[in-house]
Amino acid sequence: MSWWHRLWRRRQMEEQLNKELLFHLEEHTADLIAQGCDPEEARRQARLALGGPEQVKEECRDARGTRWVEDLAQDLLYALRTLRQRPGFAAVALLTLALGIGATTGMFTVINGVLFKPLRYRDPDRLFTLNEQTKGMSDYRWGDLWAYSYPNYLDCMHESRTLEMAAWRYNGGTVSAPGEAEHVDGVEMSSELFPVLGLTLARGRAFLPEDDRPGASPVAIISDGLWQRHYGGSAQAIGKPVVFEGKSYTVVGIAPPGLRLYSDADIFTPIGQNTSEIMRRRDAHPGIDVWARLRPGATLEQAQTELAVVGRRLAAQYPKTNAGRGFVARPLRQELVVEQVGDDRGTLWLLLGAVGLVLLIACVNVASLLLARAVSRERELAMRVALGATRGRLVRQCLTESALLGLAGGSLGVWLAALGSRPFVALWPGSLPRAEEVQLDWHVLLFALGVSLLSSFLFGLAPALRAPTRDLEQILRAAARTVATSSHRLHSSLVVSEIALAVVLLVAAGLLGRTLLRLSSLNPGIDIHNLLVTRAALAPSVIANPAGIPAAWQDLLERLRRVPGVQAVTMVDTVPMREGNNQIGYWTTPSLLENHQLPLALSSSVTPDYLEVMGIPLREGRFFDEHDRMGSKLVIVIDEVMAQHAFGGQDPVGKHLWIPDMPCIGPKGETFYDCTDPYEVVGVVGHVRHWGLAGDDQAHVRDQFYYPFAQVAERFLPRWSELMSIVVRTKIPPLNLLEQLRREARGATGDQVLYEVYTMQQLASRSLAEQRFLLLLFGIFAGLALLLACIGIYGVLAYVTGRRVPEIGVRMAFGASRRDVIRLVLRQSLAMILAGVGVGVIVALVAARLLEHLVTGVRSIEPFTFALMICVLVAAALAASFLPARHASRVDPMRALREE
Amino acid sequence: MMVKSDLPQGTLELLILKVVALGPVHGYAIAQRLQQVSRFVVRVPQGSLYPALHRLENRGLLAADWKETETGREAKFYRLTRKGRAQLEKEAASWERLTEAVGLILRLSEGGAE
Repeated sequence: MSWWHRLWRRRQMEEQLNKELLFHLEEHTADLIAQGCDPEEARRQARLALGGPEQVKEECRDARGTRWVEDLAQDLLYALRTLRQRPGFAAVALLTLALGIGATTGMFTVINGVLFKPLRYRDPDRLFTLNEQTKGMSDYRWGDLWAYSYPNYLDCMHESRTLEMAAWRYNGGTVSAPGEAEHVDGVEMSSELFPVLGLTLARGRAFLPEDDRPGASPVAIISDGLWQRHYGGSAQAIGKPVVFEGKSYTVVGIAPPGLRLYSDADIFTPIGQNTSEIMRRRDAHPGIDVWARLRPGATLEQAQTELAVVGRRLAAQYPKTNAGRGFVARPLRQELVVEQVGDDRGTLWLLLGAVGLVLLIACVNVASLLLARAVSRERELAMRVALGATRGRLVRQCLTESALLGLAGGSLGVWLAALGSRPFVALWPGSLPRAEEVQLDWHVLLFALGVSLLSSFLFGLAPALRAPTRDLEQILRAAARTVATSSHRLHSSLVVSEIALAVVLLVAAGLLGRTLLRLSSLNPGIDIHNLLVTRAALAPSVIANPAGIPAAWQDLLERLRRVPGVQAVTMVDTVPMREGNNQIGYWTTPSLLENHQLPLALSSSVTPDYLEVMGIPLREGRFFDEHDRMGSKLVIVIDEVMAQHAFGGQDPVGKHLWIPDMPCIGPKGETFYDCTDPYEVVGVVGHVRHWGLAGDDQAHVRDQFYYPFAQVAERFLPRWSELMSIVVRTKIPPLNLLEQLRREARGATGDQVLYEVYTMQQLASRSLAEQRFLLLLFGIFAGLALLLACIGIYGVLAYVTGRRVPEIGVRMAFGASRRDVIRLVLRQSLAMILAGVGVGVIVALVAARLLEHLVTGVRSIEPFTFALMICVLVAAALAASFLPARHASRVDPMRALREE
Repeated sequence: MMVKSDLPQGTLELLILKVVALGPVHGYAIAQRLQQVSRFVVRVPQGSLYPALHRLENRGLLAADWKETETGREAKFYRLTRKGRAQLEKEAASWERLTEAVGLILRLSEGGAE
């Protein structure tokens, strides 16, 4: 009979056992009678020979090996019954646990989705990202990894036997027909990309190798979103034209919904049809990503070896561009998850730590509740020991009870986590990478189960270990209201740890609050009110003819300036506090240092009215005017930080700077690099917090300089035009003007669009989003911790003073006043609180260092914040203690004594 | 009355297997047989007979069926399974080796004292 059988057929097993033993007894008795025994005596002897029937049965039951299940079932039933007897206790404990476990599980759901889940492509572990790698020549900004040049990619792709490669690059632009013109993110990709990733299209076909060639007829795949917006989701969209960057493509397919490479893309075109010069150059790196899948049977080592061979061959064939240049494959997951999630990783772990603290507090709270109950159940437990239960059995029963609580609380918690993790992700400052992966899965459920059981063990252990072993008599004999000193000590230590944990969370919240206050009051360096910034895409027909670009920008600015409510308009390539910057090395003498030793500065190309529109103060010299243009002297304006950095105390105006990465312009208007012409500093302006209110002080590159857009060489104008943003100073709240501005921008051809529109206030506020978000969460956690700690301290004091009622009665009978009693109780509570604060401050100091490390702008040593938060905590805890104290002071001495 | 000795640890199960090997038999008969065969030298605790039987049954060394006895009563008859027979042979062999070795040592020590 199998184990399961034995478990399920329990009743039948019992019957058979009885029958078997009965048969034995009767046969034995009959034999004895046959030997001449008196029947009564025979029965007695047979019974003696067999031994106590219950004991024999017990041993037979043990032999079945199903015993522990039966015990467990019994314990569970018992636990359910005791919990039902005290619904109030059960509800508080469950709710506390549900909050703690729910918060932790929710946080883990996010971490699991963002950091741990595999990529959503077929067989993602065989996907790799490829880069060019230079030996002994690492760039001072980007290290030794480079994006591929297109010819190098083609050679690697054709020669590799181990890797199936695909290339793609970002290619944003304007979709101008059908429907209203819109700027979209796009991707140029090789025909292999979708097969390599294992993606199938929602409709239509993927690119064919013959599409992916110069001169092939232009085709495009569009995203589900673009399909809905411009074609109304019509099945007839396939085969229809789409006009992208002024060129008409035939739609051949619709991408699967939710497809992301690094970020969303709306239109895909074949990379092989791009015939621009930069794609033909082996020394250019036009932002090409190469992704590859290991072919069946190949290993990464083989692939690396093969890439190295190809690298050496190309280096020999093209020494000018490829000497010292190899190729390397890295797991795609690492690139996408680790590098993309970047800073958010620290924040995620920090938050998991914080909710972990909340969970700990919840556990401590439930432990103290259980303990209070265990002490009042002491006599019951002692009785069971006296009746023969072993200590192990009692401990097991207590743990069963807490496991039941833990699992029930955990189930509630999982439910809370399932409800809460999506809104949480939506609240995340900026956009959380891979947010779409945040869902409950079996990893999360396993985690929740583990956390529930672990916390059950944590909060169940103390009460379980109190299962009585010695002094049974004393316990059984003692009056119900004797002070149990050992439990008192345990109780106090629980309260102390609760207070300590609450201190940590409160201080963390306090530090974040202080940080936010301090950062918000900082001067951003510009006047952020009534300022609108937006990117603008010129009409594709204009970009095709660079000579006309400056006039087109002039025209656009002029038309925007005419919109009623607009005060002034200017142009800049890198907007403060928004993504994007241009770091360039400079030096004060023509004898340049090695490139990577040059100090770096943020450079911005601007139009002359930039200073006035942004409200940046001019410190010395002048800003640009219309005389600074192509062919005139090369000029720059630096900010006060760079002035100090480059020239110390000297007056920078009229001094020269050498900037090797900026092109020079020859006498005939031609441009060239590595020239020795200096730039003349004509003015000094105030510093702008380019890296945001929080980040600027800690930023590595704080020097800033400006140069006139009018001095950007013609051949760079198409590229610069992709980068330029427009800044509008308005007389009324700027978002009110947005529609008019958009309409005015559209231009004669109707295909010029404004996109990525922000007010400067939004950007400034966004630069503090992380701090604000963390403050919000830590505020909630700290509030929760404070509440739980107060409930804990209240519960413990109410319990302890309740047990001291007879003692208090005696004290009052001997003349103690109510005040004395209150003081007595409060003194006891204050001792616990102060001990907790002491421990908490030490832990908080460590936690503060961690915060300082992880969150920009936090300072770890803030005595005022520490003091304030501790005062809040002590006040709240004392208030919680006051209720039991007052209750104790109302004890009627006569009744108390009579009860004793 | 004769002095009876307790069974060495683990031998009860071996004895049960041996008795059952002779043919299907119920618990009371096993007790009787053990009693007789050991000529009352070994005290077979009847109380531990049944737990031992059930253990052997659950380990699959014995199987049991309810059958009628000669007197027409229903009793639980145990019989040896193939696994039980193998176990019996193994244990019997190891028991014999053990007793032989113990005997040898005992004789040796007597010889040494001479």
